[in-house]
Amino acid sequence: MEQKVMIKLDGLKKYFSIEKGLIKKTTTYVKAVDDISLTINQGEIVGLVGESGSGKTTLARVILNLTKKTDGQIVIDDMDLADISSAEMKKLRSEVAVVFQDPASNLNPRQTVESSIMRPMIIHGVPKAEAKKKAKEVLDMVKMDQRYLDSYPHQLSGGQLQRIAIARALALNPKIMVLDEPTSALDVSVQAQILNLLLDLQEELGLTYLVITHDLNVIKYISDKIAVMYLGRLVEFGPTKEIAEHAKHPYTRGLLDAAPILDPHLRDREKQIMKGDPGSLINVGAGCRFADRCPYADEQCKNQMPDDVMVAPGHQVSCFHPMED
Amino acid sequence: MSEELLRLNHLSIDYKVKDGYLSAVNDVNCVINKGEVFAIVGESGCGKSTVAHSIMNLLPGGNEEMHGEILFKGKDLRTCSQKEMEAIRGKEIGMIFQNPLDSLNPVYTVGDQMAEAILLDKVDKTEAWNRVLKLFKDVKMPDAEERIKSFPHELSGGMRQRVMIAMMLSRNPELLIADEPTTALDVTIEAQILEIMKELKKTFNTAIMLITHNFGLVAEIADRIGIMYAGEMIESASVYEIFENPKHPYTKLLMAALPRNTKAEGRLQTIDGSVPRITEKKPECRFANRCPYAMEKCFNEDPETVYVSEDHFCRCHLIGKEEK
Repeated sequence: MEQKVMIKLDGLKKYFSIEKGLIKKTTTYVKAVDDISLTINQGEIVGLVGESGSGKTTLARVILNLTKKTDGQIVIDDMDLADISSAEMKKLRSEVAVVFQDPASNLNPRQTVESSIMRPMIIHGVPKAEAKKKAKEVLDMVKMDQRYLDSYPHQLSGGQLQRIAIARALALNPKIMVLDEPTSALDVSVQAQILNLLLDLQEELGLTYLVITHDLNVIKYISDKIAVMYLGRLVEFGPTKEIAEHAKHPYTRGLLDAAPILDPHLRDREKQIMKGDPGSLINVGAGCRFADRCPYADEQCKNQMPDDVMVAPGHQVSCFHPMED
Repeated sequence: MSEELLRLNHLSIDYKVKDGYLSAVNDVNCVINKGEVFAIVGESGCGKSTVAHSIMNLLPGGNEEMHGEILFKGKDLRTCSQKEMEAIRGKEIGMIFQNPLDSLNPVYTVGDQMAEAILLDKVDKTEAWNRVLKLFKDVKMPDAEERIKSFPHELSGGMRQRVMIAMMLSRNPELLIADEPTTALDVTIEAQILEIMKELKKTFNTAIMLITHNFGLVAEIADRIGIMYAGEMIESASVYEIFENPKHPYTKLLMAALPRNTKAEGRLQTIDGSVPRITEKKPECRFANRCPYAMEKCFNEDPETVYVSEDHFCRCHLIGKEEK
């Protein structure tokens, strides 16, 4: 069966301009998201990984239409964000929900859990009585007791707050959820609770997830596909198993090698530790962004941007010298 | 035979709070030997940082009550005067923190800040500068000659943590307390810092007390682990024992809560409830209300420390019963 495409990005770009100089103005660009093409099908969980500053969050913000794209195309649930009417935009806003890393900072400290959950529904014109009922429903869905409806954020623990944030995201019956570091601020035991909850919800409601995180163990556990970003570029994209076992891009390999493995017997495994820092998005050259840190880089890599190459079904790599197994 | 460097003996720390007191650390016992990495692992609020800070006598002061002994090379640090403590801090016990920016002076270059400490040894300026440069190279600082002249804000998080390690190395302490040293860093940078710490241990035989909540880090570097829960060290053993043969129900559940595989292999283990806030010392196991195996005894009696093997102890009534 042909799967329905939920998110389609085509040559998506987001540049931020920086102006230097008072009289002779020169403008340079921070290419936070540079020419990214990606397709996410309905019911898929796609994990987006990369170091800080790789543009993961910017990509999510552009998809959510929180920042305007510079170029390219975003199609969500068959609606092109470029020529969308405001009525459609409103519909889209209810279809795409978002959960951020720090739940304490995006819940209003002066509002009860109930009114926090009801707020997006009220904005979208849901009658108050109905919104109240729905608030109870979604609280049930995230497995929290009804008595928390009257609580304030400061009375709740980190895990509970994250559940509330998820409940609020569910209030408008979304089809897509963007989760930006949903468990980074949580302890191991609470992280497990939230991950299980997210998986249960996804199966129950057939949601599509875009999960952003830097924790590779979490990504490997939760996602169906992994997308790896490096300095604004999508360097590798493919099914989780394929990426975990047959990564082709030197950066993905480096990232996987750097991730700590939860088995002390493997601590002396052979690993290539990437040298240097992620680098900066300002003044990137014409070549492959990873060339400076790449142990296999040659002249071509430094001068030319590699194209996306399909190396296996659904597995694309942007590299001149994809690695052998 | 490993030589003992630091021993915590029945260490308890209570904070006075509005409604009585808060038992942050309760009856913690552990030993760190020369040249080994001992990791104290636990969830937030379990008291692991309080333990680390108490060793350096860095607790806020004024509202805490401490019991027990902190024996460093046989000497109780709690009885040391301020002056004696100053001699020990840095020189014998070094410490690095999660956020190096808090520990660096923003208006001096990192090289100057490091030279300041070295100049105390009554060496001349060029010698001090050369030593700083050598230390920067020891911690694999990229472009060491240039970076030495940088201000803290000009460096990346990984480089700042390198400066902290270099600074600590300049005094060559026997024990390094690392409080969440890589939590704020990317995995690739974390791996680099880990390598430096491993080398440090090899070259200088520095013992490291690693405070962390990250089991991945522990699996990569620790020799022995102490698991803390609600202020108590509930289990301690070698890293292999903890990962393969955990005894305490809490440790077992934690191990099963770690994402290791893919979702196809099933859901993760969770632990219901949350860490209690201990404001009243009662004879009970602090984990009892969340423990799936809790018995009546667990709510009425303090579990004793039971040694499963010479280097593996556990505080749980279940284990005690098995042994008897």
